[in-house]
Amino acid sequence: MLKDITLGQYYPVESFVHSLDPRAKIVLTIVFMVAVFLGSSLFAAIPIVLFILLTARLANLPIKMLLKGIKPLRIILIFTFVLNLFFTAGDTILVEWWKIRITREGLMSAVRFSLRLVFLVTGASVLTLTTQPVALTDGLERLLSPLAKIGFPAHELAMMMSIALRFIPTLLEEADKIMKAQMARGADFESGNLIQRAKAMVPLLVPLFVSAFRRAGDLAMAMEARCYHGGRGRTRLRILKLGKNDLLAALGTCALVAAVILIG
Amino acid sequence: MPIKIEHMSHTYQPGTPFKSDALEDIDFTIEDGDLLALIGHTGSGKSTLAQHLNGLLTPTAGRVLVDGQDINGKDVNRRALRQRVGLLFQYAEYQLFEETVYKDIAFGPKNQGLSGEKLDRRVRAAFDKVHLPPETLEKSPFELSGGQMRRVALAGVVAMEPEVLVLDEPIAGLDPKGRDELTEIIHELHRGGVTIVLISHNMDDVARIATKVAVLERGRLAMLGTPREIFSRGDELEAMGLDVPQTIQLCRALRAGGLEVPDCLTGEELCEAICAAKGVPSHA
Amino acid sequence: MEELILQAENVSYAYEEEAAPALRDVSLGIRAGEMTAVLGHNGSGKSTLAKLLNGLYAPTAGKVTVCGMDTALDEYTWQIRQAAGLVFQNPDNQLVASIVRDDVAFGLENTGVPSEKMPAIIEKALRAVGMLEFIDRAPHTLSGGQKQRIAIAGILAMRPRALILDEATAMLDPKGRQEVFSVVERLNREKGITVVWITHFMEEAARCRRVIVMDQGKCVMDGTPREVFSQAEKLRSLRLDVPPMVALGDLLRARGLNISRDAMDVESMAGEVLKCQ
Repeated sequence: MLKDITLGQYYPVESFVHSLDPRAKIVLTIVFMVAVFLGSSLFAAIPIVLFILLTARLANLPIKMLLKGIKPLRIILIFTFVLNLFFTAGDTILVEWWKIRITREGLMSAVRFSLRLVFLVTGASVLTLTTQPVALTDGLERLLSPLAKIGFPAHELAMMMSIALRFIPTLLEEADKIMKAQMARGADFESGNLIQRAKAMVPLLVPLFVSAFRRAGDLAMAMEARCYHGGRGRTRLRILKLGKNDLLAALGTCALVAAVILIG
Repeated sequence: MPIKIEHMSHTYQPGTPFKSDALEDIDFTIEDGDLLALIGHTGSGKSTLAQHLNGLLTPTAGRVLVDGQDINGKDVNRRALRQRVGLLFQYAEYQLFEETVYKDIAFGPKNQGLSGEKLDRRVRAAFDKVHLPPETLEKSPFELSGGQMRRVALAGVVAMEPEVLVLDEPIAGLDPKGRDELTEIIHELHRGGVTIVLISHNMDDVARIATKVAVLERGRLAMLGTPREIFSRGDELEAMGLDVPQTIQLCRALRAGGLEVPDCLTGEELCEAICAAKGVPSHA
Repeated sequence: MEELILQAENVSYAYEEEAAPALRDVSLGIRAGEMTAVLGHNGSGKSTLAKLLNGLYAPTAGKVTVCGMDTALDEYTWQIRQAAGLVFQNPDNQLVASIVRDDVAFGLENTGVPSEKMPAIIEKALRAVGMLEFIDRAPHTLSGGQKQRIAIAGILAMRPRALILDEATAMLDPKGRQEVFSVVERLNREKGITVVWITHFMEEAARCRRVIVMDQGKCVMDGTPREVFSQAEKLRSLRLDVPPMVALGDLLRARGLNISRDAMDVESMAGEVLKCQ
């Protein structure tokens, strides 16, 4: 049931991309996303696709894994495509039938926006598939740490993320158990209209929240007992060091940006 | 209302190597009036088996017959059939959600379609059976102690008036007082005519109150019999990594030392047996 | 005289000013290297005592010292929590990181241990609890007993003098309970770590060197397991179990058999029964 949901799906193999510094990967993923938006002509998609294929190869990722990441998006994709197709104003009419008119401009923008969406999601999945969640939060904390000087809670944010990652499986298991317990008392989660269904969730949600608060209290106590007192004076187990590979990856990504800008 | 389990198997996520908590060809009957203890260590399939008894899980092979009817069958009223078997989960206090103990106990019978005076009678009868102070009925369940909350959860299941009550480690995590009180409540429910399936790790309790014991080992039914029959096979139980009640352990040690005593399940029984073997006059 | 690692002098504690105190005038000293069990039913003040003994709570009245440091003084807070580690009941609610290695590192990170020194300390701590092979696993894939051993490793990494375990086995199955108790027993024996073992299980208490019984916020019994468990009537009046062999000994003595009060486990009871006439 609920247990089947997988989150933060790290793909545990060794590869060039896996070995990169998480900070480099986060920044380069952002650069990649910018590149996706820079390209306005359809030809700009060519270097991007090539770049994705090359990255997947260097990351030892089967293309199937990347496609799996797009699958949940198909409804939004179709929606984006259809919306752009029918509602973009243009002069070159390709098809006209009753009140529906498809223009060349419409088709172009439908393809462009759908491709962008696919590229963005693929870029993000490469990041999460090749980076352990722990490394990701570590990298994020280190990247945001300069902002801590102006009062931005970089450490707290990263700590919250890593605790969330730790407790998602525990709470999913718990939700599954509470659901079964209420079903054993005759609760019905599966039939009725929207309001009835929402109401039926109360016996699941109340215990789940009560339990989450109890766990939070326990955890805070346990963290304090283990000398936790915020980010100040804290050392870290994982030492992040930028290396030659990170430089290579950065150059590769810059090349992509250049290619996209050239093609326009 | 007997529950007949016929060659039942269950595989989680079939086709993957993850099969640790699966069941294989379970075949036995839970008779009316049994207090059946289900023992086996964690991962042996006890909880999986329990969830089959009221249809929360569906067997991948075989059948579960309640009163002769397949609880997963197409032509029967599955909901009604399943509600004749009540199930109390482990750490059941965490399923409470209502504003008052009264409302929480009423949740199950309400789902059965009861209302008004009938519902009120059900709730109060179930509440009486778990021996909580009367003023708790109108309190919030979250104000109670862990042991009291667990008893409220038990009342919530009892209120559905199941003929068979399946209890998954009902005393886990309680203090000695809480354990004794809850064990006594279970014993009383059984004497009141409810068939009980009790999953437990506490062999001394099992020896004291169970009428039958089923031992699960890696998803298979390894033994089934009276507590005396099962615990007399202490070597096999220990080989499975299960405890043997201390009284039985002592009987074995005494026989090894040359004092002939039969296997005894309670201290009183054992005391009599030792006195008899030693030639101490009874009731001196 | 032996060093007192943990000491409470006339300690009282109330959660709220108006509320009935959870601890009333408790005085006790835990000697270095000792393994002490604390018994008592829920609400007897056991958990409150645990939290006072490593400075999570400061006493309302009286004084608690850890290795001579007063827990009421802010300057010692982190030294005290490092010296007296606390393991809690629920194995799920005390692991912080989603990988075992990072969880054990948590205390080290908090106390500012240099990064390059951490891996060796982490491995040593995991080896001490027999969990080294699980270093890269996620906590939710482990059994309850294994999770508790990781929690213990996380404390051990900080090199504590004392380990306080607050019903650390209450939510475990018999196998997990045995695992965790054996690990702690060995740490006490081999590394000389002082242990305060709070529990509901009499058979665990029987294996400690000293047993303290709490009731209504007071320390009501204190002695060797033999001294405590031989007072079966008193234990029953406190609504605590009596180990089965102790109960049987009482029955047999009532029938005139000459059974020593020292027989608390199966082995010694068998010896006593076979010996007596």
